[in-house]
Amino acid sequence: MADFFHQNLSYFLSGISVGGQYALIAIGYTMVYGILRLINFAHGDVFMCAGLMMVYLSSSLPFAISIPLVLILTVILGFAIERVAYKPLRSAPRMSVMISAIGVSYLLQNAALYFTGGLARVYPEIPVLSASVVIWDAPTRVVTLVTPFLTLVLVILLSLLIKHTKIGMAMRAVSVDFETSQIMGIKINKVISMTFMLGSLLAAVASFLYFTNYASVTPTSGSMPGLKAFVAAVFGGIGSIPGAVIGAFIIGICENIIKGGASIFGIPGSGWTTFSDAFTFAFLIIILIVKPTGLFGEKSVDKV
Amino acid sequence: MDREKRNHLIRVFVAIALVYGLVAVLEFTLRPTSIIFTVLRKGAIYSLVAVSMNLLNGFTGLFSLGQAGFMLLGAYTYAILTMPTAVKESERVYRYYDALIHFDTGVLAGLIAAGLIAAVFAFFIGLPVLRLKSDYLAIATLGFAEIIRAVCQWDVLGPLTNGANLLREFKDLSRITLPFSDIPFPPTLFVFIVVGICILLIVLLINSSYGRAFKAIRDDETAAEAMGINLFRHKELSFVISSFFAGISGALLAMFQYTVQAQQFRTVLTYEILLIVVIGGIGSISGSCIASFLYIALSEWWLRGLDMGTFLGINAPDLFRSGFRRLVFSVIIMIIVLFFSRGIMGDKELSYERVRSFFKGRIHRKENAR
Repeated sequence: MADFFHQNLSYFLSGISVGGQYALIAIGYTMVYGILRLINFAHGDVFMCAGLMMVYLSSSLPFAISIPLVLILTVILGFAIERVAYKPLRSAPRMSVMISAIGVSYLLQNAALYFTGGLARVYPEIPVLSASVVIWDAPTRVVTLVTPFLTLVLVILLSLLIKHTKIGMAMRAVSVDFETSQIMGIKINKVISMTFMLGSLLAAVASFLYFTNYASVTPTSGSMPGLKAFVAAVFGGIGSIPGAVIGAFIIGICENIIKGGASIFGIPGSGWTTFSDAFTFAFLIIILIVKPTGLFGEKSVDKV
Repeated sequence: MDREKRNHLIRVFVAIALVYGLVAVLEFTLRPTSIIFTVLRKGAIYSLVAVSMNLLNGFTGLFSLGQAGFMLLGAYTYAILTMPTAVKESERVYRYYDALIHFDTGVLAGLIAAGLIAAVFAFFIGLPVLRLKSDYLAIATLGFAEIIRAVCQWDVLGPLTNGANLLREFKDLSRITLPFSDIPFPPTLFVFIVVGICILLIVLLINSSYGRAFKAIRDDETAAEAMGINLFRHKELSFVISSFFAGISGALLAMFQYTVQAQQFRTVLTYEILLIVVIGGIGSISGSCIASFLYIALSEWWLRGLDMGTFLGINAPDLFRSGFRRLVFSVIIMIIVLFFSRGIMGDKELSYERVRSFFKGRIHRKENAR
């Protein structure tokens, strides 16, 4: 058993690391869904944009400036998307808002395509994070070790914010009942903006960690992690932050175990990488059929 | 049949005959490499997918995002079936695998098989998925489309799908002939005829009692169920039929492109079709068709200068470089989604009266302005 772990350690390590990165993205999905009942299809692309900003900013600025700048710009991007694309549709049917989200995703991808010229951009090597280390004979990068801890710290901070601050209380109230909280004097728009900003901030952090591992950014590199993070959010019970985090870690680890299928299960074949993507969706569909509310989701009742 | 209805029918037939006549005339007069044919063919193919998606999203109220997956199934089925056996057995296409299938079929059989395979898959996918509601349904169908794409690229299926490699040399648009002869058939007209028949079938379905049941489900599921409509059966029916036509349009797209690769059928393709449906008006068949042709004409023809350096006589190669067209395009789409959410047609259909009153209204307005 120990031998088995030893041999395949690199898969488990990268699984935990990717899981942490998905978790940070998934929180953005789950918080927005909790409040607006909207799948924010553009969230994965916000994550990709954060990666691209880093590529461009770090080429002319030192890291000490470019990292905070990327965080700020991503937060502004998230805020702007909500104001421009979702706020005007607040009273429209849910389908219109979802279509608008798809439109934003399409727009961001095309904008990225234009600015990058369709080429993969090399992600800068952030000092410390991209240094390589060897753990129990498995070569990896520092970022792999940092990610799970950073994720946990951020999640704890976020839960403290939601539990103990006024804006956090407002968020909880809005997610329970949109209309009533409005009557109680909560400024809905402020709460929603705040949610989008927090989600974008975490997505920006995730982009530092994720792209350091993958080394290049393309216009579509946000869509797969975005979809997987969304699956994680559904698995955990959409609207629940601890659920999203647990779901993300499970998906990250399973995905990498499948990627290592050839050596872990001893079944040959080179199609395992494509299957790791398919697995995520198969997983999603199984969850949706067996337990549509996810691990920690609340049961919703349809009223006529 | 009363007179009004008869007049209406006559007008519809005359309009359709005019369109087909025009296509035939163009086909025999213009150079075959003209950009107009690209627009007409691709526009017609996109019309069919858009209408099939509209059947689900606009008429049955099922927000499904799996269209690209079913198109992929159709495209692959068609390409594999109609590829001549000699090509399959040579190393020209299946370079790394031995082809599994050792027969080939004609164009029509290939098209119908493409639709049927997509429909069979839709039937089995629909069994679990259609029990889900709105956004969960959207994500689950999106997920299935991605699974189909991943499985198609799997190297174990290589003898069938050629793995992640291209499929080509099947019976594409340049190889269509009149039945039982070698006389070439005009390709654009062929696309128009196939698409026309398919859309006609969808229109007939929507106007039948099944179509009314679909609309009832869209408007209020609970009420529809109370009226005695079997929700699941009707949803499944709509899903399977929509996928059938998506499969055929996928096959047509394969014919149009001359090659097929699973990589082309990404989620973005579904998004594009969804946006076309939205631009045309959710719940309007003619809207979807108009929007498809507009979309293709804009992206393949009118806005081409945006990618090439010169647009409307302005020469700015730094600004108008590759990709700018799609950027402008997505901004236009966002404007439509945000400010004209009813699209071109809303949920109405194009008719002689509407066109007439539209122009009359404009003349009136001009007169009033004077």
